[in-house]
Amino acid sequence: MSENTTAPGPAATEDDGYRPSAIRVERERFRRGRRRRDGLIAIGCTVGFVVLVCVGLVSSPGWGQVHSTFLNGAEFRRYFGGILGGFWLNVQMFLVSEVAILVLALLVALIRVTRAPGLAPLRWTATLYVDLFRGVPTLLLVYLVGFGVPALQLQGTPSSPVVLGCIALILSYTAYVGEVFRAGLNSVHPAQRNAAKALGLSEGQTLRHVILPQAVRNVVPPLLNDFIALQKDTALTSVLGPLEALRVAQIHATYDFNYTPYFAAALLFILTTIPLTRYADWLQRKATVRQWAEAGR
Amino acid sequence: MSGSPSSGAGSGEALLRIRALRKSYGGRVVLRSIDLDVAEHQVVCLIGGSGSGKSTLLRCVDLLDTVDDGTIHLGDTELTDPQLNANAARRRIGVVFQSYNLFPHLSVLENVTLAPRKAHKIPRREAEQHAQELLARLGLAEKAKDYPDRLSGGQQQRVAIARALATNPELLLFDEITAALDPELVGEVLDVVSDLKHSGMTILMATHEMGFARHAADRVCYLEDGVIREQGSAEQVLGDPQHASTQRFLSRVLDHR
Repeated sequence: MSENTTAPGPAATEDDGYRPSAIRVERERFRRGRRRRDGLIAIGCTVGFVVLVCVGLVSSPGWGQVHSTFLNGAEFRRYFGGILGGFWLNVQMFLVSEVAILVLALLVALIRVTRAPGLAPLRWTATLYVDLFRGVPTLLLVYLVGFGVPALQLQGTPSSPVVLGCIALILSYTAYVGEVFRAGLNSVHPAQRNAAKALGLSEGQTLRHVILPQAVRNVVPPLLNDFIALQKDTALTSVLGPLEALRVAQIHATYDFNYTPYFAAALLFILTTIPLTRYADWLQRKATVRQWAEAGR
Repeated sequence: MSGSPSSGAGSGEALLRIRALRKSYGGRVVLRSIDLDVAEHQVVCLIGGSGSGKSTLLRCVDLLDTVDDGTIHLGDTELTDPQLNANAARRRIGVVFQSYNLFPHLSVLENVTLAPRKAHKIPRREAEQHAQELLARLGLAEKAKDYPDRLSGGQQQRVAIARALATNPELLLFDEITAALDPELVGEVLDVVSDLKHSGMTILMATHEMGFARHAADRVCYLEDGVIREQGSAEQVLGDPQHASTQRFLSRVLDHR
């Protein structure tokens, strides 16, 4: 990107009689030319690259086969509605799990950072929980919860695959997100804690009013990152059988021996994660600007 | 200069009394044995080279560090008593740091009202009114709604002073509060300190501003090697230092002004 971000001729309207010198006019003309050239190069390279990839794909020996099994227009139109219906279940699972994960993960993180002696057993439990559940692959956890819990035949245990799938996701992601929160709590500069202490705020008040707000702000981008992953991982519950997007696509695909439904499901996941990703990037940029501000140091 | 006899033991006890204070960090002795009195309405300046223990002394008084030995009394309270309610004691002391340490996620007004509202349980309206008065007094009335990152260093430091004053502390601790400021901003902060002195605040401050110490301090203490080498009135210590090391220190500092 060009270094020069000066708006064109900002001084021309100032009333101190300033007129851009010939040197400035010449410089700006040169920079405009340079920017135009850079832009053209970027566009040219992108187009060239895309064409190359397309040609490479289309000219590969199996392309005809792939095209008709993965990108079949008729199949796509026939099943898209059904898959979209299934995808709505993914979105619901995602939203419900996300709320539960945020609350529980914050709780786990807070338990792990407190120093109250009475909470020691809780602290150890939280540490053990995080160690265990970060170590188990999410898919395995879906199996364990989805088939293991109902097998216990306890009173009141949920039997719906959707609920069990969500519980597995919550268990797995709370461990991760809890660590993100904990990192955020530790990232707040110690001088902030001292300043709060010096004002006579108690440990709890310091955490609630000074540390936590800054910590949450610091971890919003990595949190969104985890939620993008969660959004995709709702598809893991398909192994338990609820009619979510991947499961629906699977049914159609095995029925017709055509994989286009998978492509349709993939497209839906991409379409929802891209805005989230952009949003995370944007927040990250904003957070960086704030962090550079000298204020907290 | 105030005519009261310095470090008067017994009758008319000083507000802050430090006796035989010792503090080391991992084998390195920072404060060897400090005896210091700060009487009410006095401004006492701590001077000395970097690493002489000025900041450590202030941190011990504010209970941000635990002392190894010796005692610190604030009025009738022994601050070095391990059974002390540290938060309650800290509420009686206002601290301003070299690096401002404002809360970046709170507006100026919220920074100033946080401790009164949460630690002192003062109703919001009352706390805000008091804060507005303080900010006006420090020339920051227009900045109440701004966030710290919008302010200059001098403005941020004045907000930090307002924040320390908001709880009506008995004692103010200033730890080199102008050291991080651009030279042209130092004056506005020192003016505030002069005002506080005239309004009768009790202030213990570490500083490198010898000119300021000379006209504002009731007493100047020169710290070296973990002890107070020399103390007395500003004219005495800065104008006619008795100790050879004080003379060396002052000539080093004053030659480069």
